[in-house]
Amino acid sequence: MEHLREQQLLKEKLSHIDENPKYQKLIAEKKSFIVKGVIFFVIYYFLLPISVGFFPEIMKKQVIGSINLAYLFALSQFFMAWILAYLYVQKANKVFDPLAEEIIKEVKGGA
Amino acid sequence: MKINLAFTLFSIIVLITLIITYWAAKRTKTTSEFYAAGRSITGVQNGIAVAGDYMSAASFLGIAGLICLYGYDGFMYSVGWLVAYLTVLLVVAEPLRNSGKYTMADVLAYRMNNKTVRSVAALSTLTVSLFYMIAQMVGSGNLIKLLLGWKYETAVVVIGILMVLYVVFGGMLATTWVQIIKAILLMTGTIVLSIAVLAHFDFSLVKFMGAVSQKFGQSFLEPGNLYKNPWDQISLGIALIFGTAGLPHILVRFYTVPNAKEARKSVVIAMLIIGTFYILTTFLGFGAAYFVGQDVVKSFDKGGNMAAPLLAQYIGGGPGTLGGEFFLAFIAAVAFATILAVVAGLTISASSAFAHDFYTNVLRGGKASEAEQVKVARLTALTVGILSILIGILAKGMNVAHLVALAFAVASSANLPVIVLSMFWKRFNTAGVVTGILTGLIASVGLVMIGPDVMGKEAAIFPLKNPGIVSVPLGFLGAILGSYLKVEKAAEEKFAELSVRANTGLGAEM
Repeated sequence: MEHLREQQLLKEKLSHIDENPKYQKLIAEKKSFIVKGVIFFVIYYFLLPISVGFFPEIMKKQVIGSINLAYLFALSQFFMAWILAYLYVQKANKVFDPLAEEIIKEVKGGA
Repeated sequence: MKINLAFTLFSIIVLITLIITYWAAKRTKTTSEFYAAGRSITGVQNGIAVAGDYMSAASFLGIAGLICLYGYDGFMYSVGWLVAYLTVLLVVAEPLRNSGKYTMADVLAYRMNNKTVRSVAALSTLTVSLFYMIAQMVGSGNLIKLLLGWKYETAVVVIGILMVLYVVFGGMLATTWVQIIKAILLMTGTIVLSIAVLAHFDFSLVKFMGAVSQKFGQSFLEPGNLYKNPWDQISLGIALIFGTAGLPHILVRFYTVPNAKEARKSVVIAMLIIGTFYILTTFLGFGAAYFVGQDVVKSFDKGGNMAAPLLAQYIGGGPGTLGGEFFLAFIAAVAFATILAVVAGLTISASSAFAHDFYTNVLRGGKASEAEQVKVARLTALTVGILSILIGILAKGMNVAHLVALAFAVASSANLPVIVLSMFWKRFNTAGVVTGILTGLIASVGLVMIGPDVMGKEAAIFPLKNPGIVSVPLGFLGAILGSYLKVEKAAEEKFAELSVRANTGLGAEM
């Protein structure tokens, strides 16, 4: 009985979670980072086949010795991916995780 | 000499993996242990295992070969395989871990009609796994024949039996450790060879590229030697970027860690390993071209698959020397371990889709006991293994190059849209899942059937090798339009619950 009642209360709370300011903040922060991040990396990535495929002359330009723009741009994709991953983890550890913890505490604590 | 050395190394790897399987079997009794290693894998371990699950022999031997024969284009091809992990990291891994239990379908079933969505999700999961498995089986049969001189059929049977042993007895725990060992062996081999290559050029990238350019002409370092149609590359890129996050055998890995934070850590570790691997592959490919020579590489295999093993032989001291033969044998053994790790991952994800989604939840309405579930899961793994061996033998000599691309196309067009929409769109419902998965599945398979890989370049109705550029938008469109066919109140009401769970981990499976 006790257990069922608790679950009922939890369900009740969850149905109004949209009004919880901390939850709103978490969703907004996440959405903002993820949408920007995805748009950025998708554009950056597809610039590679596009520039190499449609503007090969520019990409053949040698930058250091025999190393050309095409190679450097392809190589930069790896670092782009690592840096974006690093930024995401930083943001998640500093902003998303603490907010999520507080929300869980509020929901569970009050139930 | 060569056969003996390589065979010894093979045997050592097999022995170690079987000991692990024995150890894991004693710890694999419940469904959670069988499908998800009891959620006992750490983020770092899982990251290494994801890398081991993902980097196939096709990327290790194939991409090195492409770079050896076609230069720059081979390197460009490898980029998408890493960038794709950003989709896994930012969009899929954590919410999936928080909201599911063992399979991709768990996430869909949270809000929708359980039986319906699980049936279609099992269909697309099994399709992806089947295409991927055939490609791996045929590829490995050929590779082992090349590396060891075994008969094609022998190679397929040996690999099939080993993967069945790992999965049936050791479940996800054994699979994980096979993948970890493979990743460590693969990275060791790649790093050692790369250092040896670069040491010849005083560790200067400029000197190295300069030497390659001098020997083969600057055009070897320029785009256009292999890929003539940029749209092919763009379409393949779409399938990779959105398909990796829909590959069932990758997704199930995130259920093996205790929480979303560890899942996040796994993706980052996997990205570090996979990225380093692809960057270093350039040195293997160019190194093989420079030291071994393209003609020699081609004389062993037209596709260039022997570039890395032959480079190893050269680095070790050349053909006939003890060092040369040892290095060659070592790289051959690494390739063997690579194949085993990938097919084991495929076997367990196919088993979970059938046993957990279809048998337990659809046929038995979720009422099967633990013991029954585990038994069915093991039987399924055995069946998957036997079927894979049979199909592998039947598909001998088939051109399977397009099958991996097709697996990615289905994953990106059928799986990813419904995963994303079920987590982020309130209006999404059962009808949308069904139409989304079916549209994506039919579009990607259909477009490949009428594309140049199947019909031939001249007769092809659809001009691109990979259907991604058309089939991914179609998959999303099908899912969205399908949702508007019906109103499903229950699915909308449960959205808040799923969203809280996906975003905070509240109520996630422990």
